[in-house]
Amino acid sequence: MSTSARTLLDKIWDAHQVQAETESMPGILYVDLHLIHEVTSPQAFTELRNRGLKLRHPERVLATLDHSTPTTAADDLGQQVYFTAEAAEQVSQLERNCMQFGVQLHGWSSEHRGIVHVMGPELGATQPGMTIVCGDSHTSTHGAFGALAFGIGTTEVGHVMATQCLWQRKPKNFAIHVNGKLPGGVGAKDLALHIIGKLGVNGGTGHVFEYRGSTISALSMEERMTLCNMSIEAGARAGLIAPDEKTFDYLNGRPQAPKGEAWNKAVNAWKLLPSDADATYDRELQIDATDVRATVSYGTHPGMVVALNASVPAAKDLQERRALEYMQVDAGKPMLGMQVDLVFLGSCTNSRISDLRTAADLLRDRKIASNVRMLVVPGSHAVKREAEQEGLDQVFESAGAEWREPGCSMCIAMNGDLAQPGQLVVSTSNRNFEGRQGPGVRTVLASPLVAAACALAGRIADPNDYADTSAEEAA
Amino acid sequence: MKALSFIRSRTTVLKHENIDTDRIIPARFLTTTERKGLGRYAFNDWRYQADGSLNPDFELNKNTSQGCEILVAGRNFGCGSSREHAPWALMDYGFRAVLSSEIADIFRGNALKNGLLAVVLKESEHRYLLNHPGIELSIDIADRTIEMPDGGRFRFELDAFSRECLLQGVDQLGYLQKHLPQIEAFEARREATA
Repeated sequence: MSTSARTLLDKIWDAHQVQAETESMPGILYVDLHLIHEVTSPQAFTELRNRGLKLRHPERVLATLDHSTPTTAADDLGQQVYFTAEAAEQVSQLERNCMQFGVQLHGWSSEHRGIVHVMGPELGATQPGMTIVCGDSHTSTHGAFGALAFGIGTTEVGHVMATQCLWQRKPKNFAIHVNGKLPGGVGAKDLALHIIGKLGVNGGTGHVFEYRGSTISALSMEERMTLCNMSIEAGARAGLIAPDEKTFDYLNGRPQAPKGEAWNKAVNAWKLLPSDADATYDRELQIDATDVRATVSYGTHPGMVVALNASVPAAKDLQERRALEYMQVDAGKPMLGMQVDLVFLGSCTNSRISDLRTAADLLRDRKIASNVRMLVVPGSHAVKREAEQEGLDQVFESAGAEWREPGCSMCIAMNGDLAQPGQLVVSTSNRNFEGRQGPGVRTVLASPLVAAACALAGRIADPNDYADTSAEEAA
Repeated sequence: MKALSFIRSRTTVLKHENIDTDRIIPARFLTTTERKGLGRYAFNDWRYQADGSLNPDFELNKNTSQGCEILVAGRNFGCGSSREHAPWALMDYGFRAVLSSEIADIFRGNALKNGLLAVVLKESEHRYLLNHPGIELSIDIADRTIEMPDGGRFRFELDAFSRECLLQGVDQLGYLQKHLPQIEAFEARREATA
């Protein structure tokens, strides 16, 4: 057998295999792009320093500040106002490390700074066929471009810094076929939550998802990023979507994308990446897009989800009962109508310009409810600039929301943007674990459109209640 | 990494399924730039009440859990964030092994690279251990076996590489560096075809 059919994952894997795995040894996988941020890199730099090692390819590193950074504006003296001294020190340590090790940092003065998973694609650093890693589980986002992108631990961050390689065993292929047209007002976030609800939070363990089918082809690049972003929430190492004309159009002309003749050559190579027609997968799942509804989480992990208009299912075990108690949710009733304290629009899942536009379209000329605080945190300075050019900042501020500086913010709540115990947050982020957005905080995951409707109503609400502006434009 | 070949300890049990890494160490403690000293934050929001006092109902705070080096946890332990602070915190707390019926990919890799044995058991064996907290187990990494007080034994899966690394305390970065000639050859090959 000289030419067996291969999947997209197989092709990328084969092209990056420095040494093939054997039964007793993992393989050595080459890494094209290493994303780093302040939280998971300091101990790796220390390890290199202790060993007297350099970075093998500092030019293959994209570094930024996003997790511990304030999203409030700098003070009158231009100083950042950090939540804690330790957060400030963590950021300055990355600044020092990048300087010492020769890494270009998109720091405070960079016009590109933002959440690393928003920046990579914006800069055109994320490209089809690449291997991309980061000490961050949402690295799966970059799979939207047909790049194999996955999260690693800090020890492995050190391995990549020193050798540009990782010890790896190849994950299995898992095809998720999605066909049909998503109903109006239903988007990639709803689809992601729907899939995690079907598979459970461990359904993808040991696998890489490849999202396929007519629905996936119809998604925009930003929607594809939202979908791939949440692959890890079903336990998968990564999510992949085959590159197509939309992918090429998105990348063409971006600062780090190939130019001129190199561009043509790259596109020709990228066109060979999609899975062969007769490639086989270890597992497959079929999703009918017409079944997907606006979906929210009701429990304490992203697999506990329900359609907005459906009733919360009864707890199957003690643990689910505890989750319902924690969330103060009643089985048998829909989530609609629950009082909301805070709405967070942001995170590497949903902080791109299309997410902000969708929410702004609903909020335009309206006011959020008086009992609600709403934070809008653009994913990067580029998103922020674009939104401000379109006047979206005005829309949000006129509605009563806070327009913030880019960063991870309340998704991980380690920069001081957090809610109070017992408060209910409708969040466009990716994790609703107990305490994720502050001790005792209750998180309901939702799409930007649903989040905007909740902000207006002050309760969990259906965007269709504001249908005069929402339904058609969102479709 | 310190070599690890044998563990004998009583177990402590957290039956919860899907214990995520935010649960193991909440994100607000990730502003550290060290890998040491994180044990005090392990399971922080379960261990402590809002006023900072110990939560007497939490399993690890009970007398019977003191000194236990083996954690038996519900299915899908370590899901969520890739933070290596999770195994660092567990090890600093005093754990040397985590047993479950399913362990999330990134956590498992991180744990094994730090000398924390993270292994998946068969459903029936896992269920038995979940339902019998506090029994003393002897874990033999070379043999890949767990022995119970009544002499009953069962095997666990652990790939040969991870096993060797644990037994010898192999420095995986050092070992990867020994392959630099292959890495250089790979880069040269790619350069030539680019």
